[in-house]
Amino acid sequence: MRRCFRSVSAFVLASSGLVAVPPLAVGADEVVQASPPPSAAADDLSQLKRDLETLRQDYADRVAAIESRIAALEGHATEAAAPAPTAAPSAAAGSKVFNPDMAAIGNFVGAAGKSPGGGEPSLNMQEAELSFQAVVDPYARADFFVTLGPEEVALEEGYITFPTLPGGFLTKVGKMRDAFGKVNGQHPHTLPFVDRPLVSKNLTGGEDGLADAGISVARLIPNPWLFLEATGQAYQGSSAIFTAPTRGDLAYVGHLRAYQDLGESTNIDLGGSIAYGHNGVTDDTTTRLLGVDATLRWKPLRRSIYTHFLARGEVTWSRAGQADGAQNAVGGYGYLEYQFGRRWTSGLRYDNSQRAEAPWLRDTGGSFILTFKPSEFSLVRAQYRRTSFADTDSPANELLFQFLFAIGAHGAHPF
Amino acid sequence: MRLLSIVALAVLATAPPARAAVNVMTATEDLADLTRQVGGDRAKVESIARGYQDPHFVEAKPSFILKLAKADLLVVVGRELEIGWLPSLIQQSRNAKVQVGADGYLDASLTAKILEIPTGQLTRAMGDVHPLGNPHYWLDPGNGRRIAKAIADKLSQMAPADAAYFASRYADFDKRLAEAEKRWDATMAPYKGLKVVTYHRSWPNFVDRFGLDVIGYVEPRPGIPPSPGHTIDLIGEMKRQNVKILIVEPYFDLKTPQSIGRETGAKVVVLPPSVGGEKEITDYISLFDYDLNLLVAAIKETGAK
Repeated sequence: MRRCFRSVSAFVLASSGLVAVPPLAVGADEVVQASPPPSAAADDLSQLKRDLETLRQDYADRVAAIESRIAALEGHATEAAAPAPTAAPSAAAGSKVFNPDMAAIGNFVGAAGKSPGGGEPSLNMQEAELSFQAVVDPYARADFFVTLGPEEVALEEGYITFPTLPGGFLTKVGKMRDAFGKVNGQHPHTLPFVDRPLVSKNLTGGEDGLADAGISVARLIPNPWLFLEATGQAYQGSSAIFTAPTRGDLAYVGHLRAYQDLGESTNIDLGGSIAYGHNGVTDDTTTRLLGVDATLRWKPLRRSIYTHFLARGEVTWSRAGQADGAQNAVGGYGYLEYQFGRRWTSGLRYDNSQRAEAPWLRDTGGSFILTFKPSEFSLVRAQYRRTSFADTDSPANELLFQFLFAIGAHGAHPF
Repeated sequence: MRLLSIVALAVLATAPPARAAVNVMTATEDLADLTRQVGGDRAKVESIARGYQDPHFVEAKPSFILKLAKADLLVVVGRELEIGWLPSLIQQSRNAKVQVGADGYLDASLTAKILEIPTGQLTRAMGDVHPLGNPHYWLDPGNGRRIAKAIADKLSQMAPADAAYFASRYADFDKRLAEAEKRWDATMAPYKGLKVVTYHRSWPNFVDRFGLDVIGYVEPRPGIPPSPGHTIDLIGEMKRQNVKILIVEPYFDLKTPQSIGRETGAKVVVLPPSVGGEKEITDYISLFDYDLNLLVAAIKETGAK
């Protein structure tokens, strides 16, 4: 912008010069013409000199006036007229500016120690997630998450969101992770642990959870006391838990979330979830899930980048229809997290869960987790895990470690 | 002409006498105060971030969703300062008025003077750089004036009946700010070119306006915590250049700055960069009063030149 003003002032100078030069030339002609006649009286000559002098003075004044006006203009330009926003010089030209925000997240997991129940591979590039996110039009935005695993390429999520539908219905359509509880909806790279809790594996679908193609509608429930949001989701019925025998047999997930600040540093987050759908054992069998979750967070605002504390618990009840009757199972986990340095966070998790189709088998476990974050875009994590599987004699003692790294667009901070 | 004046009279006569205040949410307390300055009692204003917290790392609490859901206008700092927390709040607000690009979304940076717009190759090896320029631009009173003007214009657009009110509030703020600027310039005149070190790159507009010279940062790169190697280099550089002032934002840990202070004899000055950073800082003008007083006291104490 400043450069622009300079060129404008250069133009003004040049044009004022153009205006000023011709009359001066005329003046010079007059002098030339005036000098030859020898009969010219001395007072004529002095009159001419005076005229020339006033003319010169006149133009000098004019130039001075123009110059001061230019100076004033330039001064004004830097002072009041705000410099217009300079487009980012690296911004791609033309339609490329509409390219979606892209990011790639690598999730490398290693494991050591004995695990009679199988367990993670020794060294594994568990997944690379590619994300593409952008606004579609004035009414919607779209998010795609593609995971490239060791054995498969899959659409982890891909949905359109209508954030401003009448009635406050935040609507998503596409393939997405479910809203059951807290951990089920999270991508593996946003979890605070390397693995998922036993209750996820045993009762709510493991890594992929109930992720499925469907429609999700979430609405705030106005009330004078707290944040209350109800979410309802209808799915095709094709996930780790649900298998719909016919087109009419959709799977449903409902979630109610209540949130309240207990001051500027502390807040409490409560949730209740239900899920229902056919499980594919026979054409008539269904699985019902019921869950509750509670989270207490503490993060002092003045030291928010250095410390926080979080306590979370989730309990899930499952009633899985089998050919010979339904099986009732329950499981849950408790998790404590404390950040003790700008880059360091520690965590403790206790797991306890029956198995959905064999509730007489109960697995328990405990983990200690240590996370180091060099920056917002990478982390290294270690997790010591001791698991007692119901069907093996000795407990599994394992050390898991993880490298997470992200490139590309700056994502949202987890909350 | 007569017809026109009759119509004008008719419009004036039918205008409702009492108008509801514009409901404004702002990302930071600085923007909230500038909105109050020009909005007066015709704007109901609340900030998401507090003045004493790091504005890069505000938590996207659902309680903010409820507030955004009711807002007519959202004023943001922009330049990707709020990239980690505001987009999800805006989306979940379900409020069409404040979506990015809507009439009720005002990016205050669009009319401000922005410094440190990176040129050339940009990578995160440089730390958490802001590709659209330094977002701490409100720390230049000239930008405060521009932001206030932009907000006054936006409020006038949203409540045209109150346009004259907002314009006169702005004119009054402009006058008070100009008077304060004279005072601040006089205060800082003796210290032109004074060399300082700051923790984060929060102060380029501030030092540009008041003629200070930042020769280094406690952070080796923006957003990267201090490292021993960088701290040793910085101590050496501060000794060489005889730097006696170390400015730290209130939300950073003081351990490293204090050890640098002990090594170099520099005074660690905790300068709030935002309104509300301390109890005394109740508005935009008192922010500069507070910071400049603290700074000058520190300069006098250390005899820095």
